Amino acid sequence: MAILEIKNVTKQFGGNLVVDNISIDIKKGEFFTLLGPSGCGKTTLLRMIAGLVSPDSGQILLDGVDITNLPPEKRPLHTIFQSYALFPHMTVADNIAFPLKMAKWDKSRIDAQVNELLEDVQLSQFKDRYPHEISGGQKQRVAIARSLVDRPKLLLLDEPLSALDARLREHMHMELVKLQEETGVTFVYVTHDQHEALALSSRIAVLNHGTIEQLDKPDIIYSKPKTHFVADFLGKCNLLKAEVLATTTDTVTLRVASGIEFSIKDPASSSYQIGQIGWYSLRPEKLKLSAENTFDATNLSVIKSKVNGYYYYGNDTLYELDLGNNTKLQVMAPNHTSDGVKFFVDNSEIYVAFDPEAGNFLDTSSC
Amino acid sequence: MQTNKMSKVFLFGGIFTFLFLYIPLIVLILYSFNDSKINVGWVGFTLKWYKVLFNDKEIINAGINSLLIAFTSSSISVVLGTLAGVALHRYKIPLLSALVMVPVAAPELLVGVSLLLFFLLINFTLGYASIILAHTAFSISFVAIAVKSRMFGMDDSIIDAARDLGASPFKAFWLILIPTILPGVIAGGLMAFTLSVDDFVITFFTAGVGSTTLPLAIYSMLKMGVTPEVNAASTIIILFTLCLASIATKLSPQIFK
Repeated sequence: MAILEIKNVTKQFGGNLVVDNISIDIKKGEFFTLLGPSGCGKTTLLRMIAGLVSPDSGQILLDGVDITNLPPEKRPLHTIFQSYALFPHMTVADNIAFPLKMAKWDKSRIDAQVNELLEDVQLSQFKDRYPHEISGGQKQRVAIARSLVDRPKLLLLDEPLSALDARLREHMHMELVKLQEETGVTFVYVTHDQHEALALSSRIAVLNHGTIEQLDKPDIIYSKPKTHFVADFLGKCNLLKAEVLATTTDTVTLRVASGIEFSIKDPASSSYQIGQIGWYSLRPEKLKLSAENTFDATNLSVIKSKVNGYYYYGNDTLYELDLGNNTKLQVMAPNHTSDGVKFFVDNSEIYVAFDPEAGNFLDTSSC
Repeated sequence: MQTNKMSKVFLFGGIFTFLFLYIPLIVLILYSFNDSKINVGWVGFTLKWYKVLFNDKEIINAGINSLLIAFTSSSISVVLGTLAGVALHRYKIPLLSALVMVPVAAPELLVGVSLLLFFLLINFTLGYASIILAHTAFSISFVAIAVKSRMFGMDDSIIDAARDLGASPFKAFWLILIPTILPGVIAGGLMAFTLSVDDFVITFFTAGVGSTTLPLAIYSMLKMGVTPEVNAASTIIILFTLCLASIATKLSPQIFK
């Protein structure tokens, strides 16, 4: 059941359409992520849910109640800001107690609840410190404790980890997921970091220019991107020009790049026109390389190609191949052999193979 | 080696600058303890000029007037200047930020004359009220600038966070914004207070008949020659100013450093 319903919400800033008629239903207990580049409208959408910005049109319902015109202090939800926004003149304990004081709880109940939260985030010994006396990671935990202390129905997180260093960020990923599972509070998470989005979310909405490009589970968004933008924005992706040669009710036959032809399953195939030009998207790790053509060509498409260059990443190596006709292909090869890595050197001839079903066709209307 | 030489240059330059600033004041303070009626040559140590000063009813009354005027005008300008500073920070209108500097940067003579003309224009009787209004007018700028610079490094999202965590707009202002900018407010207020106590030019133009402040009283004493009593009065003003200035610097280091 949906705890948060966003209905046709639109917002303009100075004639700029920042959020363009967006509708999303977020389920109770979900870890929902709004992912997109800066300026895509994700933060504005979050601030509209929080009540810090009011939409030009549309409705926002929380637990079935219309909160569109409620001021932020009347909404049973909290936000974790990018800068943590701890109150600098209050101790850690006073910061966490603030929402309870605003809600006029009894003094004794406040103390008990604050102590419980301090234990939850392992900051009991820091309760009398001021924000400038604790580390970035600890500030983050204070901000989380402060936002969860009165058990809100919804927690909004605005790029909360962007100020932390890479190692701490990864640690916080696990903590956030654990916390979300333990508390059962619905999380709406805003980020521009695709790794973060894929690792944390139960569902992701990819935003661009104020509209939703794709809304689905992380693995589907990654492996079956629906639009050129999504394929390009999430991870590395080969986007090859493709022409529709033939269609049946559930398959489409394509001619890709330098004349490779194959058929793949596609539920939307009946909407394609013969001769239509689009993109075939294929993740670099779905391709295999070999110096000799030892591939079984019954299920695989095999192409002869030339190595343009490679980048060693430690766990894998990224090769850039030249297919001719100005077409490049990226291949991610795992370095899992035990006897060290043997690279395919530049300009060497190479065979590359892939299962056509591992990629999908994007019609250009969605470019 | 080069940096060593440079730091020596800076050290001596700094010492010279401070001597340049303070030697006249030190001489003035020393001569307030000089046992002679004229400020020429050291005769001997005495505190009698301070005794004379404290028995001088006119000077004492002028001093009390000065403190009352400073207290009233700085209190008003703390309230108005804080609001102005917050507004300047929030709305970031470049022209207003420049305009708020004008009373600070404009020649006092101009400000004094313009206030005098203004009071005459609206038929406002010159007296303590007009002095207070005049002092408030230039003090607001100092408070606004102090508050604005205090807010410059501030995380603006704390106000959003306060609202988000259940505070009404008033509570967010009173419980979160005010305590955060308080050092700026106090520093600005102390500046306003000192400037008001010290001000001569603007007060000279806006004071009516019979209303006098300490700087005006000292000025009228000077007409009869610089006696060590003037030195004693000046010494007290300098020490008082120094105290307020150091409190202001301590409270809000980032504004004055």
